[in-house]
Amino acid sequence: MSALVISPVLVPLATAVLTTLAGRRPGIQQVLSFAGIAAFLACALALVALAAADRPAEAAFGGWAAPFGIQFLIDRTGAVLVLVTALMGTASLVFLASDADTGPRHPLLLPLVHGLLAGVGGAFATADLFNLYVWFEVMLICALGLFAIGGRLDQLDATFKYLALNLLGTLLLLIAVGAVYAVTGHLNFGALAQASEALPPGLATLVLAALILAFLIKAGAFPLFAWLPASYHTLPAPVLALFAGLLTKVGVYAVLRTLGDVFAPAPELLYEALGWIAAATMLVGVLGAAYHWDMRRILAFHIVSQIGYILLGVALMSEAGNAATLFYTVHHIVVKANLFLIAAILWRLAGSYDLRQIGGLYALRPWLGVLFLIPALSLVGVPPLSGFWAKLLILEEAIAQGRVAWTVVALLVSVLTLYSMVKIWMEGFWSPHPDPQWRLPRARLWPAYAATLGLAAVTLWIGLNPQPLLTYAQAAASTLGAH
Amino acid sequence: MIWVLALAVWVSVTAGVYLTLSRDLVRIVLGLAVLGSAANLVLFAAGRLGPAQPAVVPLGETLLADAANPLPQALVLTAIVIGFALVCFALVLVLRLIRDAGTDDALALRYAEPVPSDAVKPPLPDPASEPESPK
Repeated sequence: MSALVISPVLVPLATAVLTTLAGRRPGIQQVLSFAGIAAFLACALALVALAAADRPAEAAFGGWAAPFGIQFLIDRTGAVLVLVTALMGTASLVFLASDADTGPRHPLLLPLVHGLLAGVGGAFATADLFNLYVWFEVMLICALGLFAIGGRLDQLDATFKYLALNLLGTLLLLIAVGAVYAVTGHLNFGALAQASEALPPGLATLVLAALILAFLIKAGAFPLFAWLPASYHTLPAPVLALFAGLLTKVGVYAVLRTLGDVFAPAPELLYEALGWIAAATMLVGVLGAAYHWDMRRILAFHIVSQIGYILLGVALMSEAGNAATLFYTVHHIVVKANLFLIAAILWRLAGSYDLRQIGGLYALRPWLGVLFLIPALSLVGVPPLSGFWAKLLILEEAIAQGRVAWTVVALLVSVLTLYSMVKIWMEGFWSPHPDPQWRLPRARLWPAYAATLGLAAVTLWIGLNPQPLLTYAQAAASTLGAH
Repeated sequence: MIWVLALAVWVSVTAGVYLTLSRDLVRIVLGLAVLGSAANLVLFAAGRLGPAQPAVVPLGETLLADAANPLPQALVLTAIVIGFALVCFALVLVLRLIRDAGTDDALALRYAEPVPSDAVKPPLPDPASEPESPK
């Protein structure tokens, strides 16, 4: 099965190369891009099937056996995240065919999107710490390309801020990887798991704190998230949805992989600190969102806020916590990307992302309002949508462990999230449009509706039938940290 | 020897942080490049300096007396290549920013996040920085 295990990297990378070669022929490029993402989706489904059958795909490269060669190992956790990655790629590529805020069609747009997917897929597939760092760099350089490709001054400004702050994160990650290698002599996850048991707790705390700090910069946790709201809103919508869904979640996945799996049980201080960081992330993110009126900026701050919930699951330091984390991550990627895409439809129909300048959509497009409410209420955690089950799992475990302060913060943040979503609903749909001359424009929106309806269907399916994903997440969590 | 390396790391981190905290865009990029060198030195030191066992000794072969661990050197090489590419990208980006914005002062770059004029509400979006408005 060594051919399948490299598919999360190989398929998007090959697509990126082919679409670059076809750069002068937009039609062929488009076909290649769809073929590539379809192949990626098929490979991801096969990987999930293999992982679910307890035969995780794995391979070690370069003719060296596992602890020495770079190893790819896609267990249940990695497989479901690769699947969601492929799903997000499909949704944003379909959305790109509409004319709702898709930006200028630069010939390098599709290659960079596929390059980004390769980086994300590689990060979920690898079982090697240094290799993980390399995939973070692949994601970073592709992300920078996608930021700068539009060439508007605000995009260049955002690119520089994203570059400077993320580069600091990757440098810290590099130093931390060096430190981990220095104290354990290993980079492979399996070998690290065994070597870390012999580490003195003081040394382990120091080295792991540096590693987790680097991942937290990538995840956008408090107080290291400044790069995220400073830059995300300058992206065109389909790319923004991809970034919002996937990039920060790779950082979260890395935290889960290190604290929940490879180095578990790590020194308790780290989990305790992570829990308080998670609570602060939730609260600060949601308060930042409350200040803004630009839909993209509101939603960008909600990414930060939701990262807090996911980190809280890791901080609970238990199997149920890890299962909740995985469930929450899958739910959140789908919902968050969908919200950004629906915001782009609002922009196309009503003329602006600023809530003070739009309105009146409910009278003309009532079903769009319903479509918006599915991911919006799911983000808040209203039953029976997917977010309700995700939050229930996390809070159940937090209460079971007697973490009252974290639970209270999480519940309070849910209410404040509701405030933001109601703000978008009231201003975008309910209130009349401030410009009396405004008429609904003619737009080519069916690909946008197809993408958002598909994602909303996933949200509804997880919400109405959470058991399959929950069983899967619990099975995934039971193998984490078992070494 | 390790103390010389530690001193070198200390000096480059200090210089890198100092430059990165500057308001001048080119200095920020140079600072990040210097910090990258410091990270590479740390990575290099992770393999122990001087004679040490290599990561793998093939069966039946004996270890040379003054062999060093080759793995961190491979890692440093990878990191140098990646760092070089990113610094090149950053320099081109800074040139473009200086040309388009007419300034190299990081505090003057408020195009993505305009300064609020109202104490309570954020500024209305600037039409020039919005995506092309739908017709």
